[in-house]
Amino acid sequence: MAQSVAPADAGIPAITPLSLKAIAPWAVFIGLLALVLLYFVGAEQGATALVSGEGIHEWVHDGRHLLGFPCH
Amino acid sequence: MNTLSVRALLVRGMLAGLAAGVAALLVAYFLGESRVDAAIALEEHAAGGHHDHGGGEEELVSRALQATGGLATGVLVFGVAIGGIAAIAFCVALGRIGRFGPRATAAFVALGGLIAVYVVPFLKYPANPPAVGDGDTIGKRTALFFLLVLLSVLLAVGAVLLGRRLAPRLGNWNATVAAGAAFLLAVTLAYVFLPSYNEVGPDFPGQLLWQFRLATLAVQAVLWTVFGLVFGALAERLLTPESARPRPAETVAA
Repeated sequence: MAQSVAPADAGIPAITPLSLKAIAPWAVFIGLLALVLLYFVGAEQGATALVSGEGIHEWVHDGRHLLGFPCH
Repeated sequence: MNTLSVRALLVRGMLAGLAAGVAALLVAYFLGESRVDAAIALEEHAAGGHHDHGGGEEELVSRALQATGGLATGVLVFGVAIGGIAAIAFCVALGRIGRFGPRATAAFVALGGLIAVYVVPFLKYPANPPAVGDGDTIGKRTALFFLLVLLSVLLAVGAVLLGRRLAPRLGNWNATVAAGAAFLLAVTLAYVFLPSYNEVGPDFPGQLLWQFRLATLAVQAVLWTVFGLVFGALAERLLTPESARPRPAETVAA
């Protein structure tokens, strides 16, 4: 039952999914890198600070506001 | 497909994110900067403001630099990071969310990203211009904002999984509608139970607040839209074999 079968000539060939095993290492690597970048753009020297001072906060100040992050 | 195409897709995702960042930067500069400046002017007028942005005694970064180099750094880095994460989502979604090709999958990922990463958190905790916000509550506000982003993304992933589950029983259309309704319900519950805050002073002009918030929404909408279109085109090129691609030029030229 069920399985509303798409017509074979739907125009788009069925796409084989990429294996999750192949994706996983890249996802961890790029995901972590991206999260670190987002942290420095979005939150560093605001609520928490890994680097002392105000330099990073002040430098990305306008970007932080206009990207919608809580800034100060 | 192998790990090589995953790497190639992620690289393209970050490049598309960079392109999206450039488009978003233009919007932020031309639509947003005047609103930021107007808010800072108000802040400086307020007697004895406790913020030191702009013309404080020791100015770490000048306003001119904040509005150009600083803004560009923030938006472009954000674009690259979002591009990388969205490309991971694309790799997982491709061929798993229905019979969609690379371009359509990229468009869905971008739309879902805009909604889950920005629109849902924005409706509860909207962006605030300079001069709005009590410095003493920044920790709480930042934590709540990131918590809602995380929750919203997890709920969106959950909704997609739910839709896949329901599809064999309800059919694709009804399963999608049901999953969307479940997502809305869960988001509503989150809105109800998470604490609210409003630190907009009674004297802050409503017009300026509205224009600033609309500008932030425009920045994000442009960023995700351009990402979806550019990445979709790049992914299509990478994943569709040369022979299978339609050649519009041939039909005319021959």
